[in-house]
Amino acid sequence: MAVGKSVGRVDAYEKVTGRALYTEDMAPQGALVARVVRATIANGRVKGFDLAAALGVPGVVKIVTCFDVPEIDFPTAGHPWSTDTGHQDIADRRLLNRRVRVYGDDIAAIIAEDMVAASRAARLIRVEYEEYPPFTAIEQALDEHVTRLHDFAPGNVLKATEYRFGEGTFEAACEGSVVLTKDYRVQTVQHCHLELPVSFAYMEKGRVVVVSSTQIPHIVRRVVGQALGIPWGKVRVIKPYIGGGFGNKQDVLYEPLNAFLTMRVGGRPVRLELTREETMASTRVRHAMNLTIASAARPDGKLVGRKLVGYSNQGGYASHGHAIISNTASGFRHLYESQVIEARVSTVYTNIAAGGAMRGYGIPQIIFALESHMDDLALRLHMDPLALRRMNAMRPGYRDPGTGITALSSGLMACLDKGERHIRWAEKRKAYANQTGDVRRGVGMAMFSYKTGVHPISLEMASCRMLLNEDGSMQLQVGATEIGQGADTVLTQMAAESTGIPMEQVHIVSVQDTDVSPFDFGAYASRQTYVTGMAVKRTGAIFRQKILSYAAKMLDCPAEKLSLADGRVLDADGNVLLPLEALATEAVYSLKHAATHITAEASYQCEDNTFSFGCCFAEIEVDIPVGKLRVVDIINVHDSGVLINPKLAEAQVHGGMSMGLGYGLSEQLLYSEKGMPLNDNLLDYKLPTAMDTPELTVSFVETVDPTGPFGNKALGEPPAIPVAPAVRNALLHATGVAVDSLPLTPQKLVEHFMDAGLIDP
Amino acid sequence: MYDIGKIHLARSVRDAIAALSADPGAHVVCGGSDVLIKIREGKLAGCSLVSINGLKELAGVALEEDGTIVIGPATTFADVTRSPIIARHAPALGGAVDQAGGPQLRNVGTIGGNLCNGATSADSAATLLTLNARLTITGPDGRRETALEAFYEGPGRVRLAHGELLTAIRIERRDYEGFGGHYIKYAQRNAMDIATLGCAVHVRLSEDKRAVEQYRLAFGVAAPTPVRCRGVEARVNGRPLTEKTLERIGEWALEEVTPRTSWRASREFRVQLVKTLSRRATERAILNAGGAAI
Repeated sequence: MAVGKSVGRVDAYEKVTGRALYTEDMAPQGALVARVVRATIANGRVKGFDLAAALGVPGVVKIVTCFDVPEIDFPTAGHPWSTDTGHQDIADRRLLNRRVRVYGDDIAAIIAEDMVAASRAARLIRVEYEEYPPFTAIEQALDEHVTRLHDFAPGNVLKATEYRFGEGTFEAACEGSVVLTKDYRVQTVQHCHLELPVSFAYMEKGRVVVVSSTQIPHIVRRVVGQALGIPWGKVRVIKPYIGGGFGNKQDVLYEPLNAFLTMRVGGRPVRLELTREETMASTRVRHAMNLTIASAARPDGKLVGRKLVGYSNQGGYASHGHAIISNTASGFRHLYESQVIEARVSTVYTNIAAGGAMRGYGIPQIIFALESHMDDLALRLHMDPLALRRMNAMRPGYRDPGTGITALSSGLMACLDKGERHIRWAEKRKAYANQTGDVRRGVGMAMFSYKTGVHPISLEMASCRMLLNEDGSMQLQVGATEIGQGADTVLTQMAAESTGIPMEQVHIVSVQDTDVSPFDFGAYASRQTYVTGMAVKRTGAIFRQKILSYAAKMLDCPAEKLSLADGRVLDADGNVLLPLEALATEAVYSLKHAATHITAEASYQCEDNTFSFGCCFAEIEVDIPVGKLRVVDIINVHDSGVLINPKLAEAQVHGGMSMGLGYGLSEQLLYSEKGMPLNDNLLDYKLPTAMDTPELTVSFVETVDPTGPFGNKALGEPPAIPVAPAVRNALLHATGVAVDSLPLTPQKLVEHFMDAGLIDP
Repeated sequence: MYDIGKIHLARSVRDAIAALSADPGAHVVCGGSDVLIKIREGKLAGCSLVSINGLKELAGVALEEDGTIVIGPATTFADVTRSPIIARHAPALGGAVDQAGGPQLRNVGTIGGNLCNGATSADSAATLLTLNARLTITGPDGRRETALEAFYEGPGRVRLAHGELLTAIRIERRDYEGFGGHYIKYAQRNAMDIATLGCAVHVRLSEDKRAVEQYRLAFGVAAPTPVRCRGVEARVNGRPLTEKTLERIGEWALEEVTPRTSWRASREFRVQLVKTLSRRATERAILNAGGAAI
């Protein structure tokens, strides 16, 4: 059994010895460099450039401006392309933009022999703008006096949607109920993956090749084709090892521009690597949202009506657009049951960096609001917040009225039990109830549900190829991408499990090359172990059958009586008949039987989805006079179905918890009134360091999901989701102070403590 | 890739001063942790540098015969912390510079660079102020000496003429002997961060440890430059170690600082930190000076 074991990562040695090649390592010697020239206003229009001085800088090869690019608007979201025009992603940007919508917008590009020349030239370019008043907040964007950022979006509303399910209306449910309505706000944050967005591009035989640090090579190929107006088959995308993405690289970032630039210099290799500042200011961010939640509950705590009104700050370009807050709204629907539920959500363009995909895809936002709200409601009802959740939580068998997704397996209650025991909930809720003094403690919790992959909202498909080598080992090829999460390792385990070939004999090809790799949409939506896993399982079954058929020929016995285990062909009684190595050599070189290369390939369209679950319990200590919050103890408990690799799963949860702590306590991308990013660097943007990270405890409840290839369901994104509200609720317990916005920075806490009279002014 | 126009690697202090005098546009670089950032940001792109990195005569910590501690300005933060002389005679200083940045920064950044950069947030500055540090400055015309307090001119500006180099940081015996000190760096992160407020205290107690003999208080980021609170000190000197004394320190300190609102932190928040941290740093310094908890 290869599945279920904590085997070491297949890429561990390459990565820790530095032998693994990343995009930057592969750029050819002598490649030209490109530097994007960025707007120094947030809202307006480029009227013209003075390039004379910049063109005179030694080493500058070419400068391309927004007046030189094809007049093609293209979409960037890493979604499967919809062949239904009504569901296609919004095409609202060009390779370089004349209409400036974000401070730092891409308005020109310099190609030079080195970065010093490119930077010198960039400082010498003079730009003439027509300026409009910038706006960065949702409320400002909706003001009728501000400019429209995109012609197709009146009032700067990209899209607004609503739903209502259940009996009656929310207003009717309020009658005779305890009703609580509150606003919650979540901030803009950035992914802060270690490896910056980087690509290089060159031309070969009339085609353009782009090597890029991306989560979605096949989607990048399509978008490069769309953006440049060239056939998609003329584009080849190669994805080497990557140093993290977290969703930012589930967007097509600068690959199309990079492809365009190499074409403008006759196909010479051009490398385009962003700085950290550019990455933070000009790629994608997690959407800030204003979320108003109203609940109607019976006095005993039973929820009867629930309502959400939400606004999402999209920034200047659509990227994943309304898909994010749509997911926010559906996440709101799932976690608790009530007679009636309704939501109205809008996505609004502003002059800040475009919101895109980021680990959790709109769910960390709603879970902060919703789980804060549940504690606020428990306080109103004089109930234990955990008891309130248990009373109302999604039950096994729940079927979402919007998507039909059904809770086919649920370990949610068991997760709560484990978290409760670890943190010693009842004892500490009581012990910390009536504290005085400057330093106080509290315990809090939050829970979540999360879908697995994107069906039925979007298409789900993955594919896999297996090739038998003469020594009985195999090459495993997938279009799914390793982005640090361990996909290569768990897919190798699955391939071993489904073929009977030992793991060490399975050689996964880590690089995706769209000329060679089977098709897959890539790493996002916690989908690959679930969707690609099924493609591997199915391919494995075909591969194994082909091997056994060949064995049957060699052994002159029916294939049905044979099996393959541990790299050996066995009879029905488990006797070894033939080592796979002998079979594999014979197959290719056979003089007796038909010589053949044994291969298998399958793609799989997934038409299932399932909920994974989990919770976070946290104990915190707060130093009231200086607003410092310290996490004393924290545990995440997850039901992600069967764990393919428990040790990797635990590591995944550690990373997510760290991300959740940053979201909850310190991270926020700030803008000036003019729309200029204030802290687009890792000194001023407070990503937690190791010194800020407490001991992280991880636990699992393993259910067996009937739809997962091996009983598994989503794990990639969920760990980041419940942490921030658990910490916020622990602070509420410690101090009685409800903070309804993130992050819980010291200054914000001090302000709240002053308002609450905990600090003398 | 850094856009450095040219660089002169000085072989001695005299050579460095000559190179600076010959090139009015040149900047001094030592550890590079401030200068390289400015080059990368474009503010010093194409600049001319005179490097004093690795000059042995500027590095290391020594104790002179009369007990004066002499810190070479090119001593890295890490070497200041590791120095047995500092650990024995001025442990609060070793602790303060151990909070700058992270290990990598502390292995290249120097205490002299920290002062000459002129930042109000410099982690060494407040503690050095409470140790009455004096600076030796060498120029084409010889040496001069100045109190650190008089060295600061304004935000990012120090009284160092072109061609002059900071060549020693001196702390006299009477300024450390018998003192207990403590520095609190208040930042949003526990590492790799810039101070929202820094508060340093050095205190010497009476023989019976019941009263304050000499009290020194300084802040970083509470004003455009690091600042000593001499008014508070005068009011605290001679007072008994009581809760009442402690209580007043924070309030008095507010009369001598001018924290401002920026997007990093509001004035109100910094005021709250001044009040709280001055008391907390004083309590710890009293313990370190042999006093009892109040």
